[in-house]
Amino acid sequence: MVADRQSAEIERPGRYAGAIDCDLHPALPGMSVLLPYLDDYWREMIRVRALDRLNLSLTSYPQNAPLSCRPDWKLEGGQKPGSSQQAMQAHVLDRYQPRFGILNCLYGAQVMHSEDMAAAFCRATNDWIRDEWLSRDPRLRASIVIPAHNTELAVAEIERRADDPRFVQVLMLVSGEVTLGRRQLWPIYRLAERLGLPIGVHAGSAYRYAPTATGWPSYYVEDYISQSAAFENQLQSMISEGVFAKFPGLKVVAIESGLTWLSGFIWRADKTWKGVRVEVPWVTRAPSEIIRDHVRFTVQPIDAPDEMEAILRLIDHLESDELFLFSTDYPHWQFDGDAVLPEKLSGALLRKITSENALATYPRLAKAERPMEIGA
Amino acid sequence: MSIVELDRDRPAEAKLRVIDCDIHPSMTAWTEVHPYLARQWIEHLTVYGSHLRHAFSEALTHPRMSPDAARVDAYPDEGGPPGSSLALMRSQHLDPNGVELGMLIPLRWNPGSQRNLDFGVALTQAMNTWQIERWVKNEPRLRASVLIAQEDTAGSVAEIDARAADRNFTQILVLPRTDEPFGRRRYWPIFEAAVRNNLPIAIHVGGTNGHPSTGGGWPSYYMEEHHAVAETMQAVLTSLVFEGVFERFPKLRVVIMEGGLGWIPSLSARMDKHWARLRSEVPHLKRPPSEYIREQVWFTTQPMEEPARASQLIDLFDRIGWDRLLFSTDYPHWDFDDPRYAFKAPLSAAQRDQLLYRNAQAFYGTR
Repeated sequence: MVADRQSAEIERPGRYAGAIDCDLHPALPGMSVLLPYLDDYWREMIRVRALDRLNLSLTSYPQNAPLSCRPDWKLEGGQKPGSSQQAMQAHVLDRYQPRFGILNCLYGAQVMHSEDMAAAFCRATNDWIRDEWLSRDPRLRASIVIPAHNTELAVAEIERRADDPRFVQVLMLVSGEVTLGRRQLWPIYRLAERLGLPIGVHAGSAYRYAPTATGWPSYYVEDYISQSAAFENQLQSMISEGVFAKFPGLKVVAIESGLTWLSGFIWRADKTWKGVRVEVPWVTRAPSEIIRDHVRFTVQPIDAPDEMEAILRLIDHLESDELFLFSTDYPHWQFDGDAVLPEKLSGALLRKITSENALATYPRLAKAERPMEIGA
Repeated sequence: MSIVELDRDRPAEAKLRVIDCDIHPSMTAWTEVHPYLARQWIEHLTVYGSHLRHAFSEALTHPRMSPDAARVDAYPDEGGPPGSSLALMRSQHLDPNGVELGMLIPLRWNPGSQRNLDFGVALTQAMNTWQIERWVKNEPRLRASVLIAQEDTAGSVAEIDARAADRNFTQILVLPRTDEPFGRRRYWPIFEAAVRNNLPIAIHVGGTNGHPSTGGGWPSYYMEEHHAVAETMQAVLTSLVFEGVFERFPKLRVVIMEGGLGWIPSLSARMDKHWARLRSEVPHLKRPPSEYIREQVWFTTQPMEEPARASQLIDLFDRIGWDRLLFSTDYPHWDFDDPRYAFKAPLSAAQRDQLLYRNAQAFYGTR
């Protein structure tokens, strides 16, 4: 009977109480919500060009695709999944009682070809998140949405949020206009390091290029599967270009990457580095070491038939239990019921994954967590 | 491990028996193929040369770590590039490494990526004859691969059918960076011809199609490019599975060459997991993706993974399936795997023989 009671306790959604959910997706119900945050010029443009009739949902997450929303998290009347804060509270915040939840807004503003339009809409999106989400639920934190393809404008947007501690991260898509290690992006990383903001790299593509080196796949499921390879490419880019050597305080969080590709990645990357490191003399440590120091990974999805075994295998291969961060990926459909993490995961490891690792990754969360500071 | 145990292993190691599934032959002079080319194409080759979708007319986009990506000790005394001397290939590789069979993988000119389709087809025809005349006729341990210019599907099928009767050809060779993902329907006549002729399809790292080597743009360094070839193989395999190639051609056998091994279990699991959610998009798939891979796909071993501990390598082989691994050296390239030292794990004599010899014997033996 003791065993029964234990397993019932384990299945309780309350086992995640106090966790930090590192991947929640709020959706803009429509462009019109941005109107109050745009200047006269863009308001006029929306009016005369009827821009607000455009649905700028990303191809990486088709609104009705099974993966984009768990069936029991769908909203009534065909509203966009993730567009209701009440629903997010009922489905995640009140049910799992996380201490914090980090909002990663995936919206067309990030990928518009016009850099000016992208900057204006990113700024408005961040304002909207601040007013409509952060200000209405003290558990919420957010990533700063930026026009990553114009470094100057991206830096300006990050600076605009610097004094609001509820913005805890800078958000970039894994596939944008240039590989993420390229020097033109370094001012973004320099500022992020200075402000204690990790770079959150989320699955998704601006589709500037075919998702694979062999061209355009036929099916959405192939696009989605290719996202884990995109993470491999981008980590290799950031390591090879020397981003982490240049910015030793920088943290990168790989969000919704699938996770289990990491073992093969470090084996190949370490071996390749040994063979070709003369080409990149500034890379003075093995890629696996650099990853242990600088890169963190959210744990939805976990691409494995047995998630517990997969987590233990990754900890063994990566020689660290500090790399993995709890996430529900709400409202994306990655797990059923309350099985955000494997049932057997317990004790110290559960605490590390649900909260301690995130507090060590996000300085702004750790600061808010310290009681002295809250009182001050 | 005691000295006695080390000694006991010695006799088995001393007598190597190897099938090398990846040997790169080269030409002493590029004019070597002229006897097998029509005058029109000799002139074309001389005047316009290789015309590909990248910036350098005579070089790869990312300079390799050594000239010709070659071992520095592989240059023949008589001149010419590494891989061009049969005598050196014998004395340096085939004889000392116990190679009983070696599969030739010619990479020169990248015929499948040529923008001029007729030129590409002519090059494949010439290089196929060249493999037989220059190599296989002079060295019974070597076998040829049927090069095809896959963007000309009809030309490819004709070349496969023309060579299939010659038992010196053991497989069809394609480089993975095709114009479209290789599972797309335009390539299906090639799969049909492969099955009809009982020839496996070898997909060896390479090719150029104008697409950046990552979905996020072009990498700056060879260190990235070298990694990206593994992701490219993932994309090829994903395409073959989800387009339904394996479902439609259950007798098709594919061998992925030089693409690495570490990603195979995780990619298989990823495919299964997200297929379960998204299968309504691909109703033509009748089974979980990993099952098609387990039954119809093989992998060559070089460059061998080197995890921190031997048990992790054994675990990897367990999860891929020991019978799917075909040993390869990549001679004469710089990242050559020596059959004696490539596997950084204690293997039994039977396991070693399986990886170095018996798997390839079973794979190619059905020809």
